[in-house]
Amino acid sequence: MTMSDTLLKVDNVTLRFGGVTALDGVDFEVRRGEILGLIGPNGAGKTTCFNVMTGVFKPTAGEVTFDGERVSGRAKYAITRLGIARTFQNIRLFPEMTALENVLVGTDARHKTSVVGALFRLPRVKAEAHTLPESGWRRTFALTFGVSRHIAEERAARAKALDLLSFVGIEGHADAQAKNLSYGDQRRLEIARALATEPKLLCLDEPAAGFNPAEKARLLELIRKIRDLGLTVLLIEHDMRLVMGVTDRLVVLEFGKKIAEGSPAEVRENPKVIAAYLGVPQDAA
Amino acid sequence: MQFEYWLDNFWSLTVGGLTQGAIYALVALGYTLVYGVLRLINFAHSEVFMIGTFAVPIAWTAIGYGRDAHPSGLGSVVLLFAVGLIAAALASAATAMLVERVAYRPLRPKNPPSLIFLITAIGASVVLSEAVGLLVKRKPMGAMTLIQPKEVFTIFGTSVDNVQLLVVGAAIGMMLLLDQFINRTRAGRGVRAVAQNPDAAALMGVNRDRIILMIFMLGGIMAGGAALLYMIKVGSTKYDAGFLLGVKAFAAAVLGGIGNLRGALLGGLLLGVVENWGAGLIGDKWIDATAFVVLVVILMFRPTGLLGESLGRARA
Repeated sequence: MTMSDTLLKVDNVTLRFGGVTALDGVDFEVRRGEILGLIGPNGAGKTTCFNVMTGVFKPTAGEVTFDGERVSGRAKYAITRLGIARTFQNIRLFPEMTALENVLVGTDARHKTSVVGALFRLPRVKAEAHTLPESGWRRTFALTFGVSRHIAEERAARAKALDLLSFVGIEGHADAQAKNLSYGDQRRLEIARALATEPKLLCLDEPAAGFNPAEKARLLELIRKIRDLGLTVLLIEHDMRLVMGVTDRLVVLEFGKKIAEGSPAEVRENPKVIAAYLGVPQDAA
Repeated sequence: MQFEYWLDNFWSLTVGGLTQGAIYALVALGYTLVYGVLRLINFAHSEVFMIGTFAVPIAWTAIGYGRDAHPSGLGSVVLLFAVGLIAAALASAATAMLVERVAYRPLRPKNPPSLIFLITAIGASVVLSEAVGLLVKRKPMGAMTLIQPKEVFTIFGTSVDNVQLLVVGAAIGMMLLLDQFINRTRAGRGVRAVAQNPDAAALMGVNRDRIILMIFMLGGIMAGGAALLYMIKVGSTKYDAGFLLGVKAFAAAVLGGIGNLRGALLGGLLLGVVENWGAGLIGDKWIDATAFVVLVVILMFRPTGLLGESLGRARA
């Protein structure tokens, strides 16, 4: 396998909290452009594994590399800027901001203008004629002196944020406060916000939790659309049926260890997986 | 009780209270900003203000306007105002950022209980005020009179002078600027993101330490503005000038609802007015007692302050 096929590599990661071993030598990789499902019964260490990958926890042993760069030990914001974005199992939006502003915070990760640059409106870039008002001194001024990079970035960010809101299907609620959105729309907003950071890898932590079958179907469609944009998706889920339909490969965790890996069909037949899900002791299975 | 005295001087007490309250409000913003993001009461903020007050006469003297100077003409007054503001804002912001870097940031990765931060805050406060005390040999420092108080108009038979107008106007202007900054700019968006959900903000690529440093800088700039207005109004400062004013500004922040920018404005103005009424009603020496009694009474009925603790929502 060449370097470029592997986007993220979880290399023999162990994580201990005091005496508890949350992850025990977990080893798998995420390939570019695939939808990988990370599954396992409740408490198997799925979210913990996510947290190690996104820099919330530092592994006790082993390391995570992303696109050839070491993730472990970097600050959380720096990992996001590397190109890993995530949503949360329990929704964590900015409740008092509008949906649009929530997404704008995500776009800010890619902006270049500093606070000082924003204050003094420097440096200036060439104005794009179609973004300017039809006529008047503002247009003349912008065409002569250009617009500040800050303004240009802000405008682009707003346009992009609105695009993302319509991509996930909640463009009608752009100006609603996040806390006032419906549960399903909040989940969609989290996905839009994560996409705004321009990730290469999008990690979704139980995005279908609390959804009815119709909503689940729409979510699967959205996940496929995201993959079709060229992103790699890592999906945590304990609803087996949901992941079977959408993932290319599965990694199964139980008690912090990887017990299986392979295509959905292979994993479904795996006796260890069946035992883990049905709660049958392994020797009996 | 001097009820008649209070009634006769009602409007002059109110105007005087609003002026003092505007200064409380500007300093209160520093407490509220830091609390909104870090849930930390930065007790060293009173010293951030105090150092700003020293920067004003030092800067004026440096450009040739010593204690006894008499600036004449609107142009030089405006220029000196700008010089004083820049000097005080720089000194206060630098102090606030220094406190964050030295006293708070090194502790944060260890995630200690919030009491620990409170102790370092008090420590930083004592170190700063004593350091300035040593530098100036504990003597007061005076500044020239930038503006001679002159009546501008009368309202309900009470004259309002230009200094009072300037203090209240400048304070409200600075607060409006801050409000716009927090609500309209990208950096402000980062501040609100960290305040509302620090973990999610970090995972969205917001650099928390940078936002925190900026919060201290903004609080420092506001304290610097307060310091200039204080020097214009009072004319002299001491190494411990921050203590009582800091405590009152903190009370104002709590009164309005700590973490809430508009609450700081309301709390500051209200505290200034009420304590002045108390002084008129009971006697001058009761001014501080009135301020704190009002705080206690209001918190008994509205424990989250008048506008509600927006607990880090920096809703402004």
